[in-house]
Amino acid sequence: MSENKTLVEVKNLKQYFPITTGFMKTTMLKAVDDVSFSIKKGETLGLVGESGCGKTTVGRTLLHLYKPTAGEVIFDGKPVCRETMKEYRRRAQMVFQDPYSSLNPRLTVGDIVAEPIDVHKLCKGRKERDERVRELLSTVGISSEQATRYAHEFSGGQRQRIGIARALASNPEFIVCDEPVSALDVSIQAQVVNMLEDLQNKLGLSYLFIAHDLSVVKHISNRIAVMYLGHIVEMADANELHRHPVHPYTISLLSAVPIPDPNRARESQRIVLEGDVPSPMRMPSGCSFRTRCSRATAKCAECRPELREVAPGHVAACHNL
Amino acid sequence: MAMLEVRDLRTSFFTPSGEVKAVNGISFDLEEGKVLGIVGESGSGKSVTAYSILQILTHPGRIVGGSIKFRGEELVGCAPETIRKIRGNKISIIFQDPMTSLNPVYTIGNQLMEAIILHTGRNKEQARARAAEMLTLVGINEPEKRLTQYPYELSGGMRQRVMIAMALACEPDILIADEPTTALDVTIQAQILELMQDLQKKLGMAIIMITHDLGVIASMCDEVIVMYAGSVCERGTADAIFYRPKHEYTKGLLRSIPNIDNDEHERLIPISGTPIDLLNMPKGCAFAPRCERAMKVCLTQKAKEVRVGCDHLSACWMNVMEGQKQGKIITDENGEIKAIDLEGTLDRAWEGGEAR
Repeated sequence: MSENKTLVEVKNLKQYFPITTGFMKTTMLKAVDDVSFSIKKGETLGLVGESGCGKTTVGRTLLHLYKPTAGEVIFDGKPVCRETMKEYRRRAQMVFQDPYSSLNPRLTVGDIVAEPIDVHKLCKGRKERDERVRELLSTVGISSEQATRYAHEFSGGQRQRIGIARALASNPEFIVCDEPVSALDVSIQAQVVNMLEDLQNKLGLSYLFIAHDLSVVKHISNRIAVMYLGHIVEMADANELHRHPVHPYTISLLSAVPIPDPNRARESQRIVLEGDVPSPMRMPSGCSFRTRCSRATAKCAECRPELREVAPGHVAACHNL
Repeated sequence: MAMLEVRDLRTSFFTPSGEVKAVNGISFDLEEGKVLGIVGESGSGKSVTAYSILQILTHPGRIVGGSIKFRGEELVGCAPETIRKIRGNKISIIFQDPMTSLNPVYTIGNQLMEAIILHTGRNKEQARARAAEMLTLVGINEPEKRLTQYPYELSGGMRQRVMIAMALACEPDILIADEPTTALDVTIQAQILELMQDLQKKLGMAIIMITHDLGVIASMCDEVIVMYAGSVCERGTADAIFYRPKHEYTKGLLRSIPNIDNDEHERLIPISGTPIDLLNMPKGCAFAPRCERAMKVCLTQKAKEVRVGCDHLSACWMNVMEGQKQGKIITDENGEIKAIDLEGTLDRAWEGGEAR
């Protein structure tokens, strides 16, 4: 982290989806409820949580793929609004989870990668465009002869590389990686993770790395935010979070990760959480984690805990700290 | 004699573009009450192995050779009635996706009772009582109410519990779990793994755990089989596989996963290349095109599975090389390699004639 400049700042982001629950009746599903964080230049913020906790929605709302219900996104000092949108769209990009459905099957790989270039008119003339596509493909380790092939001719790992090349095409500074490796085999995961790290070092990119695999997130991130039912419950430096988790949810989440080491697995005591994640349609009152928390008290049902600092740079939202 | 003996099992899918050898000559034993893990990437043949044991392969898949013996009884090529009596009764299976493996138009009770009535000859009322008892066993509260519910009314973790209850209802000797937690979240995964361990202790059945997650393998299994492209690379006790891996693929796999306890940022060491195309299998070792230490012989000839330690077998030419270097190759009278003593543990074991 050579520079300490904040690149992306998210303030009180909210994303509610209206759900039809009956005749002429809608309920608001609070997918993301009051989330704030910031990402520095060249930094990776990991975002972890179980399915349905709103981590993907954070990524998508952040990029204005959904219009936020409330809250603000400030990119490079300027709030994202209609005037700055085109610029923002160029400088912030996304890598999607599923490498099979996120590439257009009717376009050649070359055209897929060239789409952001065409949209933002970044190249003058056909020759320059083709040159740039070749360069991008070789950056992600795909030979330029393969530019005329279609997405189905590639394996999952290669497709994810193509998705990354497409994200890089508009020279972005910030990339939201939404579970970029979870659809890939273990042996291929490491290739893609390494590539993302190399690109970050080379191009000074900032990442929001969304994943449910804690060991991968811990590996790639500088800081990690843990989400539960639309809220951030804990956020800290990656090593700090792993060594001194304070929120009961983070503690059980970390202990639930299976360790690939038989001796350690035999010794370690798993803290098994009871029950399932409540439906976001019927959110518990007060702290949303209290229904599964072993330390829940009467106070937890009354009001929602705010994030407070427990150590420098380490925030958590729990009444019992 | 082991409870389940699989020898040189071959299963192929006859597709329009050619024969896909999904399982290409694998052998293993499963002892009573043990947990055996099968780990490998997608397309390595681990699920097809499970489906072959139960003979639930779909067209165009077919067992083309080998033998599967359950308590001495040959299952390959046996009468459909024989396997029907074993399937769901003595050997049962939990599938990967609890969302799609339950029938959406029948109640949980209906689906649970089907197997019980079919295999145990209980009447409907007794079967219902047994079904409720099974639901309690897998930690589902209000079992009577759940029996009347449909799968869509339950969460993913609950549905997987129902699948486990269904699989265990007839007290099987072997439970095959085909990626039972892959579709679930970590905290729910921890619940299901805990439940399976508890039930295994309580009921004493053997488990074949199929997964791609080495963490799950480490926390559950006594023995491990590592598969790649339809063949066994290496098999042995969990400790042998995790602490003394001998096959280059196993070593690569273990190197490529990030260590969550490591605070220093170390670069991951990936396995290069892309997964194998089963339609165009190389002549020699299937892993050779991706192996950093591949030699000439790897490209032309498949390595034979050789004992490299006590309860530890590996099929890699590198082991032969190392053995030759250390002068620790044990051959039989025909000069065929019988074992490679890389750990120095075989000398003693061999004195009794045959290693265990």
